[in-house]
Amino acid sequence: MDLFNAIIQVLDSTIRLSVPLLLACLAGLYSERAGVFDIGLEGKMLVGAFAGAAAASVFHSALIGLGMAILISVAFAMIHGFASITHRGNQIVSGVAINFIAAGSTIMLGQAWFSQGGRTPALAPGERFEAINWPGAEALRAVPILGPIYAELISGHSILVYLAFLIVPFTWWVLFRTRFGLRLRAVGENPAAVDTAGISVAWLRYRALICTGVLTGIAGAYLSMVQNGGFVKDMTAGKGYIALAALIFAKWKPVNAMFACLLFGFLDALSIRLQGTPLPVIGKVPVQFMQALPYVLTVILLAGFIGKAIPPRAGGVPYVKER
Amino acid sequence: MSTPYAKLPAWADYGLIPVINLAVAFIVAGFVVMLVGENPFRAAVILVEGAFGRGSGIAFTLFYATTFIFSGLSVAVAAHCGLFNIGGEGQGYIAGLGIGIVCLAFDSVLPWWLTFPIAIVASAAMGALWALIPAYLQAKRGSHIVITTIMFNFIAASVMVYALVGFLKPPSSMAPQTRTFLDGAQLPKLNWVIELFGAKIRSAPLNICFLLALVMAFLVWLLIWRTRLGYEMRTYGHSPKAARYAGISETRIIIIAMMISGALAGMMALNPTMGDQHNVALDFVSGAGFVGIAVALMGRLHPVGIVLAAILFGMLYQGGAELAFEMPAISRDMIVIIQGLVILFAGALEHMFRPYVQALFASFSPRSVGIEAAKGKGA
Repeated sequence: MDLFNAIIQVLDSTIRLSVPLLLACLAGLYSERAGVFDIGLEGKMLVGAFAGAAAASVFHSALIGLGMAILISVAFAMIHGFASITHRGNQIVSGVAINFIAAGSTIMLGQAWFSQGGRTPALAPGERFEAINWPGAEALRAVPILGPIYAELISGHSILVYLAFLIVPFTWWVLFRTRFGLRLRAVGENPAAVDTAGISVAWLRYRALICTGVLTGIAGAYLSMVQNGGFVKDMTAGKGYIALAALIFAKWKPVNAMFACLLFGFLDALSIRLQGTPLPVIGKVPVQFMQALPYVLTVILLAGFIGKAIPPRAGGVPYVKER
Repeated sequence: MSTPYAKLPAWADYGLIPVINLAVAFIVAGFVVMLVGENPFRAAVILVEGAFGRGSGIAFTLFYATTFIFSGLSVAVAAHCGLFNIGGEGQGYIAGLGIGIVCLAFDSVLPWWLTFPIAIVASAAMGALWALIPAYLQAKRGSHIVITTIMFNFIAASVMVYALVGFLKPPSSMAPQTRTFLDGAQLPKLNWVIELFGAKIRSAPLNICFLLALVMAFLVWLLIWRTRLGYEMRTYGHSPKAARYAGISETRIIIIAMMISGALAGMMALNPTMGDQHNVALDFVSGAGFVGIAVALMGRLHPVGIVLAAILFGMLYQGGAELAFEMPAISRDMIVIIQGLVILFAGALEHMFRPYVQALFASFSPRSVGIEAAKGKGA
């Protein structure tokens, strides 16, 4: 029974840890499917986290915080669009720039406005998204096997967790069952064809980036308003890049993205759980190895040893109407 | 890629446009300063005075610049070959492993002038090795070099933590760093050069790595513009197709360019470890690899430009420290913002002001812009 409880706990933290990855990964999905590489997921999450926590603590409302996180994150996505769509700049350079601006400005503004060493004030209960306990969760906890699964895994998360997992089928529906989705995928594969059909490539890509901004904003808000009761400097800690890795791992498909993020979240949860405990057979695994595993897996995948990841064809190439 | 823009006179291309881009970046940074309620002009004065006002300020500026020259050159060499090496951070970090092993092994037996060359080779080799795998995967299996080098940054961080909490640190110590190097692995300071000009320096970490950086800048210039290999690299960077037709081996050129780039990034680790702290500590690179991107873009991928841009960034780092001291509302993270703005305006938005400059030139003297001027204005 101890083992079972341990597994439930690891799975529970897997869900918590994979939510920001999942949101960022889906965010990247929209922009990359539209042919815009986005290294700046990390930075957009970071500004989202900061704006969310700052607004929530100033206005004492979690919803205003979430709104602000989305707004600022979208604004940064628009900078990326302005540079890489309108001015046809290098998309990777632009993404790197956004990460820098985000890392610097969140700490500096945080320090100037709240003077707590780059943190925002700790959020009071009403200012963050609380866990939602499903009906009967406590009563059913005593039921063997199913009880803990219902009470720990399914119930007791914040609204943003459920939202994140609902966005997965929604994204699938948008991409593969709507006209917007069809055009969005087309613009990532062959923008000239879309242009010939009389649809604005730039406007489509801008709309894709707005979706990206909204999702990274929610991801940031989750970090600072659910996982942590306030903003801490550099709190994204590379999650934007892991999300990018997960996106490649998922071969740019929404449902795969969910599984890839759950896998990376699971590795993270496991490495926290296994810190210092020796495994049967293998012996003691260094924590650093577990931490590096998502990156190593991505490299192996990129090398084409676990199936081939083929990116959208027009990815990274600015569209020029006439040549 | 064919440029959709008309030609400008060289001085405008390499002088005027970068200066305009830089100026816009600093104007936006000025707004950020205003946002936190400080006077941007006073901030600028404090920054410049902090960097160049006193002898030790200059020494610190050049010390920071040393690291940035290496990382800037690293980015530039890869960029000439059309590759974006974003992994300078990891390549520099992992080079610390090589330096650490060499220094711990030899610092008690060899004098510094023998340890130094061995450490140079070790750092360059580690950096090159760390770039080799992404390069191979790009060349042979088509994996995107940007993603793989980012992944390798994280892997390097994990490896270094493992090494520093494991076999590199002395068993008796808790801190994740090597023991302090003995005299045999401490590089001589260069502060006396500045003292020749009459300035007084109490303690500043400027060391002979600065000279090594200048030599490397010259060698990179030689490589890119005066050798066959450099020519091949530039050809591949301009047009992989043309390079293929010319019989240049894609695999070979990608791997060589990335290894040189990685070696330069690795050498950047010499400056903070052997030159300043005299140990290898956790996170000793602290973002210098990423600064290289800004430096290379601002220096327009030319070694002379890179040295100047590195000194400018050294100035920002040193002056920024003074600024954080004088104006509590501004922390050292202001530099990170400026860095980001420089990358944005000098890199991603480098063509934003070009049409206006072209229009201006065309209106003064149509001939200086050539016949394509009319087409260029439309673009």
